[in-house]
Amino acid sequence: MLDINGKYCIVGVGNTEYGRTPGRNAVTLTVEAIRNAIEDCGIDKGEIDAVLTKYPTSNFQGLFSARVAQALGVVPRVTATLDQAGASNISLIAYAIMCMEAGLCNVATISYGDNPNTSGRPSYGRRPAAEAARGPTYGGDEAVAGMTGAPCGYAMIAQRYRYEYGLTDEQLGTIATTFRRHASLNPNAQFQQPFTMEEYLSSRWVAEPFRLYDCCPVSDGAAAVIVTSVERARGLKKKPVSVMSFAQAHPAWDLAQREVLTTSGAAISGPTAFRLAGISVEDVDFAELYDCFTIVPIVTLEDYGFCKKGEGPDFIGGGRIGLEGSLPLNTSGGLLSETGMPGMQLIVEAVRQLRGEAGPRQVKDPEICVVSNQGGVMTTHATLVLRN
Amino acid sequence: MTVEYPKPLPQLTDDNGPYLEGLRERELRLQRCGACGRYRYPPARFCPHCLSEEASWEVASGRGTLYSFIVVHQLYHPGFRDDIPYNVAIVELDEGPRITSNVVGCENRDLKIGMRLVAEYFDATPEATILKFRPA
Ligand SMILES: [Zn+2]
Repeated sequence: MLDINGKYCIVGVGNTEYGRTPGRNAVTLTVEAIRNAIEDCGIDKGEIDAVLTKYPTSNFQGLFSARVAQALGVVPRVTATLDQAGASNISLIAYAIMCMEAGLCNVATISYGDNPNTSGRPSYGRRPAAEAARGPTYGGDEAVAGMTGAPCGYAMIAQRYRYEYGLTDEQLGTIATTFRRHASLNPNAQFQQPFTMEEYLSSRWVAEPFRLYDCCPVSDGAAAVIVTSVERARGLKKKPVSVMSFAQAHPAWDLAQREVLTTSGAAISGPTAFRLAGISVEDVDFAELYDCFTIVPIVTLEDYGFCKKGEGPDFIGGGRIGLEGSLPLNTSGGLLSETGMPGMQLIVEAVRQLRGEAGPRQVKDPEICVVSNQGGVMTTHATLVLRN
Repeated sequence: MTVEYPKPLPQLTDDNGPYLEGLRERELRLQRCGACGRYRYPPARFCPHCLSEEASWEVASGRGTLYSFIVVHQLYHPGFRDDIPYNVAIVELDEGPRITSNVVGCENRDLKIGMRLVAEYFDATPEATILKFRPA
């Protein structure tokens, strides 16, 4: 088996503003984030020989990595556009490292960029009224039953979780209010205004058991990282952040047909990544966990082994997941408050924290971080373990 | 053109013709594998358990248990405007597979995971019948 632990690293990170960027398309947003990542580490653009992208979620485009390569002025030796939905970014870092290990490339950009907030969003489940008025539409069971929005599937999971293990509204609210408090210390967050538990509880229902504040926003924006070998990283502007391990696992099936709804791919992906990194959960100083909806970090913590199954709702209490707690989570606000972008922002924030660049939201002297990425309706999962 | 049924209608696929025809005749028909004997849903050419192509269509009991549910308040499709808040349910059939549907004849606040349900057939158009469930 290959041992990649510590051989490769993230040397540059970059992002755009998050929220609404009217008039900007997925390619230009992506190029801006990659340009910022290049400036962050000071590597010569001519050294980039792999261009890897998660496809834009709101508007699928074929050969997306090739389009980005052209806009970057790069003729790459390796490209890929991966479809693991929100798990794609971590799995593309894994792909980059495996290609480097095989001698195919040396410096890779991995990026996500999209503008679903201002360009229409068919894949986010909203269908314009004018289109609907034209005539009957045909769909699968979920569409026929009126289950078309992204929150619905996760709400179905949360309801089942509540039945199997118990879960209070306030426990979901602890996730939402904590991550928003972290976002209030992040000037680039899409939502920075903190809210109280009372305000959480009085926010409108979206799909019970989810309220508005249980759901991440739809966001425009882009983020990117640059990955290379530890040897090549020497002499660059910033301290490299080492990739200890990565893994993935995918429940994959339609929600209704999945044997268990309340355990995610994290239950395999997490322990695999920890074993390959040679660490246990006690070694993790903070985590950036995919949080498209409030139930997800709770399930992920359990599946990663930070606590037993069913104990997640209690585990997150008592200030444990705050910036001063023993396991700070989603230090920039996560999907719920920083940006609803599917996953790359979590990796960027992990790198900034491990470098000690996070300003007022900086976690004290972190050494090891675990990042989770997840896509679909807990359909895909990927894990990344990073070290400073 | 008048839109007589404003919500999405079931889509005919390569595999679900007998299922949709069964709903029109007020029967819940499921595929059953000729090799391993297991029921499967959604309809598919190959059994996902043993990959056998041998299958028969059998009339299922139409009975099941509420596995999970949500109550939707947000308008995602204009056809559901008058229904909000409405429930969506995952029903575990006694034969094994689960189906996503709605529960009728029950207030949303009275929905309970584990409650027994029975199939109900709703004619959306002359050509399309939709499967729903009501408390048994
Ligand atoms: Zn079979």
